[in-house]
Amino acid sequence: MRKLTGAILATVLTTTVASADPVDDNLVLNEETQIVTRTAAPAHVSDALDEVMSGWLFRGTETRAMQADDFDNPGMIFVEQAMDAWTVADGSEGKSCASCHNDIESMAGVKPTYPKWDEAAGKVQTLQMQMNECRTERMGAEPWKYDKSDAINMEAALSSVSRGIPVNVAIDGPAQSTWELGKEMYYTRTGQLELSCANCHEDSYGMMIRADHLSQGQINGFPVYRLKNTKLNGAHSRFKGCVRDTRAETYSPGSNEFTALELYVASRGNGLSVEGPSIRN
Amino acid sequence: MKNSIFAVAATMIAATGLHAEEVLPTNVAFNDGAVEQSLSGVAGDAANGRIIVGDKGQGNCVACHQVADLADVPFQGEIGPALDGAGERWSEAELRGIVANAKIMFEDSMMPSFYKTEGFIRPGNAYTGKAADDTFGPLLSAQQIEDVVAYLATLKEE
Ligand code: HEC
Ligand code: HEC
Ligand code: HEC
Repeated sequence: MRKLTGAILATVLTTTVASADPVDDNLVLNEETQIVTRTAAPAHVSDALDEVMSGWLFRGTETRAMQADDFDNPGMIFVEQAMDAWTVADGSEGKSCASCHNDIESMAGVKPTYPKWDEAAGKVQTLQMQMNECRTERMGAEPWKYDKSDAINMEAALSSVSRGIPVNVAIDGPAQSTWELGKEMYYTRTGQLELSCANCHEDSYGMMIRADHLSQGQINGFPVYRLKNTKLNGAHSRFKGCVRDTRAETYSPGSNEFTALELYVASRGNGLSVEGPSIRN
Repeated sequence: MKNSIFAVAATMIAATGLHAEEVLPTNVAFNDGAVEQSLSGVAGDAANGRIIVGDKGQGNCVACHQVADLADVPFQGEIGPALDGAGERWSEAELRGIVANAKIMFEDSMMPSFYKTEGFIRPGNAYTGKAADDTFGPLLSAQQIEDVVAYLATLKEE
């Protein structure tokens, strides 16, 4: 009886999956920057996935088109605000980001390596934590609140100058134990619905869950401008929403747990281009 | 003689539900994934079950399953198989077991356990993101499960 049902289920599933597959499309930014939106899975996830795919491939035609041109990408308005802030002095030392880092374009290649082990802090830090380290320890300024506008806009600006560069976070050496914690979180079925990230984004990507077309839950596109709330959203805030949707007690943006999860999820997308600020529903 | 008739009548009333005892989520007896005994002791209401299956705030089964009979409910998911014909594929006891705790019939199933209150990791207070408090109960009540089972039993392949 059970075997028979299994066979029936298999048929039903194969017929429905095809209808919601990711699109076959190419993302070229501003008619010049080629974005890698699908590529062979990195070695450490090849047992689970053959190919890794950007969330862009799972969005509708209009949403995809909006992201292809900076003039149509509403996320770029926030990037411009942060580019202005880059040169504004703040804090007791009278310094701006530009005082030490010159043009923001000089930061190309930084975003794809985060989260990253920080020797002085003795832990893996996200890009926002690194920015706050500069603010509190080097500028004498207040830290920016995690995933809130000042921080997320600057993260998007740093991301924008790295677009097209492949995500390449290190998972070995001192970062390894954090990466392993993130991996464990990814596969743990939490909350009253007992769902893991993998249930939705590894086992079911390409399928519809109610009105949503499930992607692989990659974060190469973060920060993302969401049409739903018309602002930039950070990866930790997205994680929080997904964990909440399993009817679980969530973690907070900026917590060690979400930092570990970010490192792990970022590593699943090693090889995909940095895309942020991208556009999602 | 009169006395014994009264005794029989009393037993029948108990069995039909006036004094029916609900089976607690921690006490459900599974047999090969199926549950023979009604969880509420009261017959299921298929019309209400139909509502629960399609309602986002109740079963929300359509998040994962398509049901042709619920064509009026938009955005049906495709994580699980379409439920059309479920009433032919499964007995009532099997349907009750699947809805109460599908992971017993289908190992490691992605389908949530709708009549279970223990064994969760970081259970929350509904969709608030906060920790569960003492209002925590099963996703569906005993009677809601019976209603859903009654509805599923009506789903026959055309
Ligand atoms: C119940 C299903 C479900 C679970 C469990 C779930 N997600 Fe999601 N997630 C979604 C849906 C639906 C979306 C929106 C559509 C999409 O992009 O996949 C989404 C989107 C995302 C995105 C945005 C992708 C993009 O390109 O914009 C990320 C990142 C993500 N999820 C990560 C996670 C992580 C990490 C976990 C585990 C902590 C998780 N999700 C658990 C359903 C889920
Ligand atoms: C007084 C000098 C100074 C100022 C001002 C400053 N930074 Fe830094 N920043 C540094 C130094 C030094 C490092 C290298 C630290 C390290 O390796 O741990 C650094 C590292 C970084 C990095 C990581 C680079 C990498 O390759 O990993 C980022 C991102 C960054 N800063 C962003 C900012 C931002 C945003 C601001 C303004 C809000 C800012 N910084 C202001 C000195 C400064
Ligand atoms: C998060 C996804 C999800 C939700 C929500 C869900 N199911 Fe399922 N269901 C599944 C999957 C997946 C299967 C396939 C069995 C397996 O896991 O192999 C399944 C199997 C079933 C089956 C047996 C399949 C058949 O032959 O028809 C029935 C009946 C069923 N579900 C009913 C329900 C009902 C009723 C609800 C709501 C009260 C519900 N499901 C909610 C995912 C889900």
